[in-house]
Parts: sequence; C-alpha cells; structure tokens
Amino acid sequence: MSASFSIERSTATSRIAAAAALVVLVCLAAAPWWAGRANVRLLGEIYSFIALASLWNLLAGYTGLVSVGQQAYVGFGGYALFALAMFLGVHPLLAILFAGVLGALIAIPSAPLLFRLQGAYFAIGTWVLAEVFRLGFAQVSALGGGSGSSLTASVVTGIATSRDLREILVYWTALVLALAALAFVILLLRSRMGLALTALRDSEIASESLGIDIWRSKLFVYVAVAGLTSMTGAFIFLQKLRISPDAAFSVNDWTAYVIFIAVIGGIGTIEGPIVGTILFFLLREALSDLGTAYLLILGAVAILVMLKAPKGLWGILAEKTGLSLVPIRRRVTFQDQ
Amino acid sequence: MEWVNAIVQGVLLGGLYALFAAGLSLIFGVMRLVNIAHGDLIVLAAYIALVVVQATGLHPLASAIIVVPLMAAIGYGMQRLLLNPTIGKDLLSPLLVTFGISVILQNGLLATFTADSRRLAAGPIETASIDILPGLSLGILPLIMFAVSVLLILGLEWIFYRTSLGRAFRATSDDAEIAQLMMLDRRHVFGLAMALSAAVVAIAGIFLAIRTNFDPSSGPARLLFGFEAVIIGGLGNLWGTLAGGIVLGVAQAIGAQISPGWQILAGHLVFFLVLALRPKGLFPRMD
Repeated sequence: MSASFSIERSTATSRIAAAAALVVLVCLAAAPWWAGRANVRLLGEIYSFIALASLWNLLAGYTGLVSVGQQAYVGFGGYALFALAMFLGVHPLLAILFAGVLGALIAIPSAPLLFRLQGAYFAIGTWVLAEVFRLGFAQVSALGGGSGSSLTASVVTGIATSRDLREILVYWTALVLALAALAFVILLLRSRMGLALTALRDSEIASESLGIDIWRSKLFVYVAVAGLTSMTGAFIFLQKLRISPDAAFSVNDWTAYVIFIAVIGGIGTIEGPIVGTILFFLLREALSDLGTAYLLILGAVAILVMLKAPKGLWGILAEKTGLSLVPIRRRVTFQDQ
Repeated sequence: MEWVNAIVQGVLLGGLYALFAAGLSLIFGVMRLVNIAHGDLIVLAAYIALVVVQATGLHPLASAIIVVPLMAAIGYGMQRLLLNPTIGKDLLSPLLVTFGISVILQNGLLATFTADSRRLAAGPIETASIDILPGLSLGILPLIMFAVSVLLILGLEWIFYRTSLGRAFRATSDDAEIAQLMMLDRRHVFGLAMALSAAVVAIAGIFLAIRTNFDPSSGPARLLFGFEAVIIGGLGNLWGTLAGGIVLGVAQAIGAQISPGWQILAGHLVFFLVLALRPKGLFPRMD
C-alpha cells in the first residue's frame, strides 16, 4: 500500500523560464553588437550589482549573516587588482580571479573574529572590518595613499590592444561574473548544505540538534561570498580605471544600494535581487537629477517595504501566483492517486 | 610628558565615547535592538543644537534644555512609528529599518545643511584649563564633559535598577509577554526606552558639536566608536562600557601620537584584539 512517489524540483514554469533565460542570455552576450558603448558599460554595471545583491542576499536572506560591511571585500578586490596588475604585471582579467582568491583568504581569519559577535552586533562588526581596510589601504603610499591611484595605460592596453575588443572582453567578464555568482547561489541552495542553511536560518537550535555544524556552514558561505564579492569589486574598479579608499570602501555605494536592491526585490528569493537591480537602475536613470534626494527616496521606499511587505516585490508576486522561476524547493509528487 | 598628556586626553575622550555607547547599550538591553542610526541621531542632535544656539543665542551647553526633550520626543516617535512594528519578528527587519533611517538622516542633513563641516563655539570656557603638573594641563571643558558622562551613566544605572521605569524596562527585557500581562504596554515601554536613549544622544550630540567639527556624514564613525566601547567593556555592563570607552579613547590617542593616520585605525585594531583575546569584553557581567 506504500504510495510510490518521486521528488522533483523543476516545474513547468521553471522549465519555460530556463528556456527563456537562455534566449535572453544569448541576446545579452551579443549586446556589444546591438547596444551603444554607454549602454554596454551600463549593462556591465548592472551585472556587477546583480552579483553583489545576490551574494548579500545569500548571506542575509539564507544564512542569517546580516552584513553592512561587504564594501570591505569590494574595495579589497579592487585594490588587489590594482596591485597585481601594476606591480606584478598580472593580466587584468586573470587578476580578477586572483583578487577573488585573496579576498577569500583574508576572509578566513576575519570570519572567526566576527562570528564572536551575536546577531545584529555582527553587522556592525563587519562595518568596523571595512573601516580597518579603508584606513589601512589609505596608509599604503605605493597605491596612492588617501588620494588613490589610476590604472596605467600599459595595464589597460594589456587587456587587448584594440579598444573594441577590450570593451567586449570587459563586458563579457561582467556577464560571466554575474552568472557565476547566481550559479553559485543556486547550486549551493540546491545542495545538502543549502538545506542545512535553510534549516539554520529557520531555527539555529533545532538545526544544531539535528547535527548541522552551524559554525562550519556559516564559515564556508562567508568565505565564498567574500571571494566572489572581491572578484566583483576587482571588476568594478577595472571598469572605473581609478581607485581611492573612499570610493573603494564606500558604504553607500556597495552596501546601502545593495541592501535596498535586495529588500525591495525580495530578500530570501533568488529572483528578488535581479528584479531589485533592474528596478534600481530604472529608478536611477529616471531620478538621476535629484541628487541626494534620490537616496532619501530609496531609503524611504526600503523602510516602507520592510514594514509593509518584508518579502519584497518578488515575494509578493510569488505568494500571489505560486510562481518560482528558479527551483530550489523539493516537491513530492505521488504517482498512484 | 607628551605621552602622558596624550593618554590623559584619551581618557577624557573616552568619557564621550562611553556616552555614545550608553544609549546604544540601553536599547539593546531593553529590546535586543541594534540601532544603526544611533550615530546619525547624535549628529542630528548636534545640528539641532546648532540651530537652537543660532536662533536663541543660548550657550551651547544650555541648549540642552531644548535639545534633550526634542530628541526624546523624536526617539519616542521613531520607536512607535517605525521600529515597534519590526520588533520580535526577526533579526533582519529592525536592523534594516534602522539602516534605512540612517541613510535618510544623513541625506536629509546633507540636503538641509550642505556638506560643510560645522562647529559650536562655546566661548572662553573652550580654552580654560588647569595645570596639574608642569607640562600637563587639563581643559575645563573636556573635564566637564567627562564628569557629565560619568554622572549620566550613574543616572542610567539608577533609573535601570532603582525606579519603576527601570523595573518596567527590565521586566519587558526578561519576558515581554508576561510584562504585558502585568499591565505594561510593551509598545509604550519600548518607546520610553528609545526616548531615554535619544535624551542621552542629545547630550552626546551637543558635546560632539563643541568638541570637534562635524558634518552630515559624521554619524557612522560615532556609531562604530560607541559600539566598540560596548563590546570592549562587555555587554550589559554600563561601568564596563565606561571602561571600554576609555580604552578606546586611549588607544586612539596613542595611535595619533604615532601618526595622524593611525588614530582611528589604532582604536579599531584594539577592538579586534579584545574580540580575539576576551570575546566577552574586558568586564563581562557576572550572572
């Protein structure tokens, strides 16, 4: 009498979504041939924010590690790229990869210290770490000290000699980075550890009693996110060609915007940060004349969303329609009924 | 003597850091809330003091009679309107709402007062000092600030452990639901705690405005100093917080003696050192 059943993740919608995503992806990869220079640059920026927001969301929305200090790794990655490319002559695109490795390495000793701070105090601790990095890099005179430095022309032409090819390569790097960040988040959440993380977020005590090693799971996610965030930071400053401590470790640019994107899009969903990023850039283009008022509006909207719809735009949509484009959940289907 | 002087100034500065920390600590103790906008509220108080002094011609220290009740009202309103709906749900909502408030305050101040740095002139008292030893003199103003900080912490201890308001705070902190059964309105108690915190913030803001230049982006650093004082001293111990503030102030003063670029960095590094060696702080609460 035992009912036969199978466990599935994908749904009809998710299969259609995957096909549609593939088409969109091909179009986006071809953007240098159909979009203008400025738009290709803008797309590169959008990809970097999708990566940052997805990674922050993995930390805060799934692992319970709310960080307001991810600018530590954005800036560290940027500085690592500048140092590697200018002093060691590493190819800039390869230097992005190495910046990620270095970012993860520096996160390994930082994490155990920060994990000693409970809950919300952890958040402020991450901010102190970012300040240590900012003030520390301001002391390095080889990298321009407090005023920063620019990438030399030889480094830039080292990517590729023709300007067109260079821009295409940088653009694709951004696309690959965003995809890598998304793939990492999705694959992690679908893995055994993903289940552990979700259990952990819902109840630390219960999941510990079921044999989940909380500390190691958190350490793994924190370090991996630090590495990917550093790579994104390295890309951001490769595109900007200029770095300074205040720009590299800016809490507004790399944390406030990212948090608002994730909150408005929907914390704890895969789709949320993507929706949030698109909305953020539409708003930014529309309200760019407002200056500081833009951040005021963004902050107010984020508070409103947090109070009235804490699941964000995508959360509301998913709740109303049961829609899930990226299948994370396991669903049981009974065959003989 | 140069070093002794630096350390003494660091101790006096530590009193101000303890004041930054006291409001933060109070809120955490009563409702487990970490207010990321705490530093920006200090800067808001500094700007309010600036406006009050300009409008009324009061001495900066006397402006407290207006700034303190005003900040307390702002604190109460903020708690009832924005923070109470998020309390008790999870970690994320209160944290992110206070983060949003922080960004709004910074940009609101920027739009109103521009990015120029300001300072409150306190008149002849600013330069008055007493000589303790040859080559070592103490400013009257830093001494007053230190004394007021110690008195305020004493006052907070008294409120917390000797008054009915403090009993309400402690009861709500221990078990909000049972406290509710005992006719304590949780929303009101939380509002009062934030009002008290904001009143302390008001004093801290006035002192900040007299002591240093400030601008709309000065808030986060004050939040971090206060936070570091709390962690260095040990959670839930106001006297420990005072000691934590002094440790931080002295670390910064010694760092500044080495090189100006090391002032703030030295404080942060001491914070991480304490976290590594004594994760519960230097003076953990005995219980």
